[in-house]
Amino acid sequence: MSTILAFLTRTRGKKRLSFADFLTYLYLTLGTILMFGPIIWLVLSSFKTPTGLIRFPPTILPYRQETITVAGYDDPLELYSVTFDDGTVRQLAQVRRVGIEAQMIDPSAPDEIIRVNIDQREPIENVSFALENYTEGISRFNFGRYLWNSVVVTVLATILTLIVNSMAAFALSKYQFRGKNAIFFVTLSTLMVPLSVILIPVFLVITQIGWNNNLLGIIVPGAATPTGVFLLRQYMLTIPDELLDSARIDGASEWRIYLQIILPLARPALAVLAIFSIMWRWNDFLWPLIVLSRTEYFTLQVGLNSFQGELQVQWNLILAMTVLTLLPITAVFAFLQKYITTGIATTGMK
Amino acid sequence: MARVVTPPRPRTLPSSPLKIISRLGSSIYEGFINIIDLVMHPIQNLVGVNRMAYIFVLPNLLIFGVFIMLPMILNFYYAFTGGTELFPQNRPFVGAQNFNTLFDCGNFLDPNTCREDVFWRAVFNTVIFVVAQVSFMVLISLVTAIALNRKIILRGFFRSVFFYPVLLSPVVVALVWKWLLQRDGLLNAIIVSLGGDRVPFLLDGDWARFLVILISVWAQMGFFTLILLAGLQAIPSELYEAAGMDGASGMQAFRSITLPLLMPTMTVVIVLALIRAVQAFDQVYAFTGGGPGTATTYMVQYVYSTGFSNLTKEYGLAAAASVLLAGALFVFTLIQLRASRSGNSGAY
Repeated sequence: MSTILAFLTRTRGKKRLSFADFLTYLYLTLGTILMFGPIIWLVLSSFKTPTGLIRFPPTILPYRQETITVAGYDDPLELYSVTFDDGTVRQLAQVRRVGIEAQMIDPSAPDEIIRVNIDQREPIENVSFALENYTEGISRFNFGRYLWNSVVVTVLATILTLIVNSMAAFALSKYQFRGKNAIFFVTLSTLMVPLSVILIPVFLVITQIGWNNNLLGIIVPGAATPTGVFLLRQYMLTIPDELLDSARIDGASEWRIYLQIILPLARPALAVLAIFSIMWRWNDFLWPLIVLSRTEYFTLQVGLNSFQGELQVQWNLILAMTVLTLLPITAVFAFLQKYITTGIATTGMK
Repeated sequence: MARVVTPPRPRTLPSSPLKIISRLGSSIYEGFINIIDLVMHPIQNLVGVNRMAYIFVLPNLLIFGVFIMLPMILNFYYAFTGGTELFPQNRPFVGAQNFNTLFDCGNFLDPNTCREDVFWRAVFNTVIFVVAQVSFMVLISLVTAIALNRKIILRGFFRSVFFYPVLLSPVVVALVWKWLLQRDGLLNAIIVSLGGDRVPFLLDGDWARFLVILISVWAQMGFFTLILLAGLQAIPSELYEAAGMDGASGMQAFRSITLPLLMPTMTVVIVLALIRAVQAFDQVYAFTGGGPGTATTYMVQYVYSTGFSNLTKEYGLAAAASVLLAGALFVFTLIQLRASRSGNSGAY
């Protein structure tokens, strides 16, 4: 027993687990439950049937009541295990329920109707994942349409952001020209102007251009990110100028230098910006909410929000759709988390 | 005995489909460069090397000017015009009337005496939210960063766990918690099983206010923890070794080494958290819709509903409110710039 304890409390160094270590692990474990628990609960709940969802207290795993098809009845009947007064237990299928009385039949002898008190029966259940939440949700919620819109916006906006920001960063880091400092300062100063402050005029500009209810209206405006320009500029400053000069001597044009030298060398910074951009665009809510009012242009986030606001909230479908919405970003995180965490730690931006 | 000699296998060129794709991609990219070069070289000969910079910076500047600079200027104009028309040319100039409406109060501490009582409720809600949320956030992020900075097993795992909610969209965060907090939800089940009564979490103003803070901390703390962790790791470990040799306790080392050296990072974190908290909207909007009543209506939501979702769209009033909001943000950003200039941390 003491060896087990010694094994469990061993640490990397020679010292045994100290009180501070114990507190640390306790805190982190509790934190893990708090941070991850709600997500796991969401995922588990998304596999429950509507009856399973309204059950109180809720079960942890999704259960489904067993049913049986009996000749003479169109719908499958729900199976119960019934305890009779004399102590015998039989498996019966419920035909209908009248008040506190349930009319049941034995599936092997379906002609005789047995009346039992509802307190005597206990539903027969199995762990079962209600995948129909997903299939029904996808068809009811117009998931394909929203997903397509979200993917289009995320992909196109990220490509546009990378191109436009890297070009500007290249100019700002490798050239001396008039107005350079002014441009840089203005770009940086808007870091502090959030969209929420200029909602109305932005809406006006988009209306004037005719981009209301147009995906372009959410792709283009956010593409000139000050964060991206700044991040890429700082990185490009580390690329030696001699490299550019020797390419110029070899007769390369400025565009060739940008495309063939700068972009490949700036790949790590571009990767960080690409991840940020995917994160921003996939989760973007306020801008699409204002620009898009017709449902066929909704992105997943706006669609999900309007779906949850509908009169009859169908939680089983909403939960399934929420899980689908967070899957892509989770996948991105799982594969690229090193880039994301180092990117944020070094730039202090999200 | 004759030995069987296996002939060397012929090398299959491009060995995997991935390589074929990458080779194809790079040759397409080369062709693309040649086409751009064909178009751009004459232009470069015309304007010279240095002026090409303007062409590089142009697309970014154009998007920037049209969608950020221009709206910023227009916003001021809107704030001084009235009516319900969207287009500025149809809007009459009304001077400071919008600001007068917002500030038309009998007693500034009592929203009920104000003409735009929702605005003042939003202001008070925002102030309470910002103070409570930022102090809670900074404290818990600091504790978590310190815990994650210790020599522990599974450090990478714990770091990811605390960071993961940062990636979730505001709508998803709101739905996850709504589901947990609903009348028959998991939290109420736990309360009932412990012998309590069900709590109507989202129907009670005070609970809603508290939960909105809790959830925004849940969703964002990973971000601030990460910045603080980077700040902690930048503190040279020799300092702690020296302090240990001098016989300083852990608490003393924390007070006289960790805290002072972490101060620049802390300032940045506090200001970033402030700027974000003042702008709180989307998560709250999806979570409580500003309710119950106006309990969780904050300033950005006031701007949004006055300008967009109310029946009469009062753009002027909304713009005036957002000018005030921008003023508050401007002050915070100035503090941040000063803080990051004096500090030597990596974050700006």
